[in-house]
Amino acid sequence: MEKHLFLAGHTACYGCGEALGARLVVDAAGPNIITTDATGCLEVFSSRWPQSAWAVPFIHSLFENSAAVASGVEAALKALGRQGEAKVIAQGGDGGTADIGLQCLSGMFERGHDILYVCYDNEAYMNTGVQRSGLTPYDSDTRTSPFGKVSWGNRYLKKDMPAIAAAHGVPYIATASVAYPKDVQAKVKKALSITGPKYIQVHVPCPLGWKSDPALTIKVAKLAVETGLYPIFEMENGVVTKVRKIPRPAKPVGEYLKLQGRFAHLFKKGGGEGEVKKIQQIADENIKKYGLLSEAAEKVAVEAEKE
Amino acid sequence: MSPKIKNPLPPGNYFFEGNQACAEAAIAAGCRFFAGYPISPSSEIMERLSWRLPEVGGVFIQMEDEIASISAVIGAVWAGARAMTATSGPGLSLMLENIGYAIITETPCVIVDVQRAGPSTGQATRPYDGDIMQVKWGSSGDYQVIALAPWSVQEVYDLTIRAFNLAELYRVPVFVMSDAALAHLREDCRIPEGVDIVGRTKAKGVPHFGTEGPVGVPPMASFGEEEGLIITGSTHDKSGYRKTQDPNIQKDLVDRLNEKVLSNAKEIIQTEEHFLKGAEIVVVAYGLVARAALAAVKEARLGGINVGLLRLKTLWPFPKEEIRALRARRIIVPELNRGQLVREVERVTKVEVVYVNRVDGEVMGPGEILEAIKKQ
Repeated sequence: MEKHLFLAGHTACYGCGEALGARLVVDAAGPNIITTDATGCLEVFSSRWPQSAWAVPFIHSLFENSAAVASGVEAALKALGRQGEAKVIAQGGDGGTADIGLQCLSGMFERGHDILYVCYDNEAYMNTGVQRSGLTPYDSDTRTSPFGKVSWGNRYLKKDMPAIAAAHGVPYIATASVAYPKDVQAKVKKALSITGPKYIQVHVPCPLGWKSDPALTIKVAKLAVETGLYPIFEMENGVVTKVRKIPRPAKPVGEYLKLQGRFAHLFKKGGGEGEVKKIQQIADENIKKYGLLSEAAEKVAVEAEKE
Repeated sequence: MSPKIKNPLPPGNYFFEGNQACAEAAIAAGCRFFAGYPISPSSEIMERLSWRLPEVGGVFIQMEDEIASISAVIGAVWAGARAMTATSGPGLSLMLENIGYAIITETPCVIVDVQRAGPSTGQATRPYDGDIMQVKWGSSGDYQVIALAPWSVQEVYDLTIRAFNLAELYRVPVFVMSDAALAHLREDCRIPEGVDIVGRTKAKGVPHFGTEGPVGVPPMASFGEEEGLIITGSTHDKSGYRKTQDPNIQKDLVDRLNEKVLSNAKEIIQTEEHFLKGAEIVVVAYGLVARAALAAVKEARLGGINVGLLRLKTLWPFPKEEIRALRARRIIVPELNRGQLVREVERVTKVEVVYVNRVDGEVMGPGEILEAIKKQ
């Protein structure tokens, strides 16, 4: 049996994408790591006795400061001449990364700490009962962005965290999805081979908050990528060096949205088609911006245009 | 001025949990701005306001953290709104610098603190009287705040409304000290048709940051009222201009920030007496614990013990005269902590003071208090 460093038996919900994401990251990183983790689901479900999942050193920081605590750990290891002993991995959810933790993360990037920061993006504050965050997608129904007579849900677009990291001159930035485990692990390994700050954002479905079938976590995650809503790419020294191509024709966003209760209102309420169109536009822009369509498919597209 | 405004919620009896009652009270009190950040066990307040405020023409903003939440509230108040935020202990810790700022700039605002067991992240969903001292002493310097302690869902409603009025009357942050148990306790809540509201005191051309006398509350302008507003967290003169090297200005400001509350303590402080006449033993309690205390007192009286209850609805300013007036031979102070407010009781009385504490994140029952009453 494969030996994991993020162990089974923790108390995550059925079909939790974040638990899977954390296991992929930690297993890929190997035993010589020190991990920090912001307040959130991961901290809560992975650190309780006797169901602790961590076979590597782990410190729950607070909500806002995973990157800063990690900065202290990394700098002290250096000062003590122990930097070769362990890599430092800072972790947080989307709220702990893009909202309350952004200041500490910016400082970590700016000072150039040799730390891999992993954001497990399940697109809302799930631990406190599903409130919107800076990474909640447009029109998503949450407890603080409820849809209703005048509202379609979350009014804001996802913060572009990779671009924010890139603006700090972070040498390695990647997005990933639990739908592609080998890709997640390859990116973690590559990141850890690079000195300096690194940022990886892993898309991790949350059946509870997304109101999706726990059995379909991987399918839902895959559809986010295949529709173009969650572009998977690597960015090195500010340049996108690799993207995960998606089969053409790209799946319409409706296929992804319909599997999730957080978007159900778009298909029930009159006028929802217009909102779905807006979301399709977001996907289309991603496809264009990152060149997500596969080569073969692009040829088809070009020919179709000629005709 | 105390105009009655129509309650946007139809009057009647509602079966509310504490957090819902709090949100509705804010709306009834004329609050039209809420900025907050998710934190258990307070999140239901913001969740309800996220749709209720837009319904009544108000603004709800989810901020990126608690520092931003209280900051946005301060900005909104100076723009002319009645504003509130809600949080729990760890979030309150992040707000503390801004609370000091609200105190020195005399920004009227309401902060609901749904307390949970700490320190730090502690037990996010368990009740605790953990912030009794944090709200009083957490920010730097010398200052007074007002803190109210409801013991029922009805009182969460009533005291949240009162908090807005006190904030305007004295231009201070006012805390509503709820807790995880009261937040999620569901019981009858009577919603009145109209609510008495204290408006913001306006006086054109009068300084906004100082008064002639040493204890007054200056009138307050909003941005855009052509009053030349200069607002600063630094020490300032009566007009709001920064003056940090003048010992008299610092002294006058600090004295007034304190005295404007302390000299009005009689108007601010509310207590409730149960069987106090001639009581040999008095339980002094607040919040949900006071309900257990009242049950214990009644039980003990049936057994022939001459015991009464003094319930504190106001924690800060501390009701020292009310405590001092107790002619008992023993005072019992039950709290969901290792003893916070009890030390204030000890400071003001010569009577023997007994601690009854619970720190395991469970609510206090009458049994523990009854035991302390019976102990000779």
